[in-house]
Amino acid sequence: MDRAALALFFRRLFRRKLVLFAFVVLATIVLVALFAPLVAPYSPTGMRVANRLKPPGALNWLGTDEFGRDVLSRIIYGGRASLGIGMAVVVCSMLAGTTLGLLAGYFRALDALIMRGVDAMMSLPDILLAIFLVAVLGASAGNVVLALAIVYTPRVVRVVRGSTLVVRELPFVEAARTLGVSTWRILTRHILLNVASPILVQATFIFAYAVLAEAGLSFLGAGVPPEIPTWGTMIAAGQQFADRAVWVVLFPGLAIVLSALSLQLLGDGLRDMLDPRLRKAL
Amino acid sequence: MLTALARKLGGMLTVMFLVATMVFFLTRLAPGDPAALMLGDQASEADIAQLRRTYGLDQPVVVQYGLWLKEVLSGNLGQSIFLQRPVLTAIAERAEPTFFLALFSILIASLIGIPAGIVSAVWRGGRSDQAVSAGAMLAASIPSFWLGLLFIQFFSVRLGWFPVAGYGDPGAGLGQRLYHLILPATVLGIVNSALITRFTRASMLDVLSEDYVRTARAKGLSEARIVLRHALGNALVPIITVVGLTAALLVGGAIITETVFGLPGIGNLVVSAVLRRDYPVIQGALIVIAGIYVIINFAIDVIYSLVDPRVKT
Repeated sequence: MDRAALALFFRRLFRRKLVLFAFVVLATIVLVALFAPLVAPYSPTGMRVANRLKPPGALNWLGTDEFGRDVLSRIIYGGRASLGIGMAVVVCSMLAGTTLGLLAGYFRALDALIMRGVDAMMSLPDILLAIFLVAVLGASAGNVVLALAIVYTPRVVRVVRGSTLVVRELPFVEAARTLGVSTWRILTRHILLNVASPILVQATFIFAYAVLAEAGLSFLGAGVPPEIPTWGTMIAAGQQFADRAVWVVLFPGLAIVLSALSLQLLGDGLRDMLDPRLRKAL
Repeated sequence: MLTALARKLGGMLTVMFLVATMVFFLTRLAPGDPAALMLGDQASEADIAQLRRTYGLDQPVVVQYGLWLKEVLSGNLGQSIFLQRPVLTAIAERAEPTFFLALFSILIASLIGIPAGIVSAVWRGGRSDQAVSAGAMLAASIPSFWLGLLFIQFFSVRLGWFPVAGYGDPGAGLGQRLYHLILPATVLGIVNSALITRFTRASMLDVLSEDYVRTARAKGLSEARIVLRHALGNALVPIITVVGLTAALLVGGAIITETVFGLPGIGNLVVSAVLRRDYPVIQGALIVIAGIYVIINFAIDVIYSLVDPRVKT
């Protein structure tokens, strides 16, 4: 995409103020997590027991936890793990889901097989399937990514298959086939490019769900090991101190809400912009 | 229509078969010997070998799968390793809190979602529409366990209005037990209202642009009557669908909420089974929960084809 097209893309996307706001919030969270060592006021693991469970104040803006560690610094570093896991889940489920969705949508022979598998997986609640997979695979950050990628792949498959079924019948695909373009090239060039927008929309939503699900798994003790600071493990560790120091639970949760909300607002904005039917309706 | 339903039934059985197969083989991927796990650290090699023979664990995996499937088909989901009772019994004992929790949550979610969806469809594009959309997205961005912890802090610890956790003392009356569900059901209801809101809005928008709504307006009917009778009446079918599916997913999705509020439900059973590696319980619970989902799904299809003659399932 050249610069003019990119500028137009963003101008259209940000026509709704709320979407622009969501983008700014999300970008800030991502940048802060990325440059954590430069931004965080303290070390995320530096313990000062004398300083434990201090309420938010001038020295520790968001207070300290049960070991006297700075909550703000832990949220900043925790964002790396939480958002990193979310991002990895998005990449994996997009790759697997797009591949399977293209195959199911393009080859009738594979359709029933793939879609029955998708139906089976979608008959289990997300978090239940995820906790089962983590239990089988073992609790580690990598396995949480794998489990959540497996959980969200069926959603991508459904979306990509649906769009592929439509695009497959369009005249330009017909023409390409008549001209003798190879199936591989038709799939990767002609169809994939035309189903890219629903995939992009789906990606932002899955990012939000994955951040929420990771926190849920960590909270249940079936996720990332507790010594790694993520927003989920922070809340899990803090819950027994919530009656004395509500900030150890409140602020990591706000970080989750803020990230998930801005991702969903952004996804909504993308959908409005990219779906021609909706655009006409608005 | 009967052939269509028979085909649906076939699809439903296929899905259940796939779930069972997936659950069985994934469990076999898990590290550790189930027999050794069952007997604990003190067990001798001979004891373990004996138990492996008893449970058929010394057979090839495919044979084990066949035997297991036969048992599942005859309604036997196996024996819990830790609870010393059949899996189905363990699930049945925990069903009550989960059932009521799912019921109340879906009630609360509908009470929030359906009016909100109607309002935002009627005043589409206006301030209330934007507020509802943003609110729905906010609800869908809140981790249920976090909201639960904050609610407990505020309503139970500080204000003392509700019990902090649990399902009442043993032998507590139904009223007492249900009282323990108010807070968890509210949390779960809020978090799950988003989907119902969005669906109500979308189906109301569809219906409001129909010709018969225009006719009703031309007749000079009041706007309230048009929206609530003519439009909502016709938009109700898709709304009921999403309410039904959300309810089905809630049975298993209540896992986290049950853990936060210490409710002895199916979700709690699954979490402790996972932490203790009690695989028969995990397998059984997954199959039961998927079964409930598939059956509700099927029931919705049947109702659909009965209510709406245009639907050819």
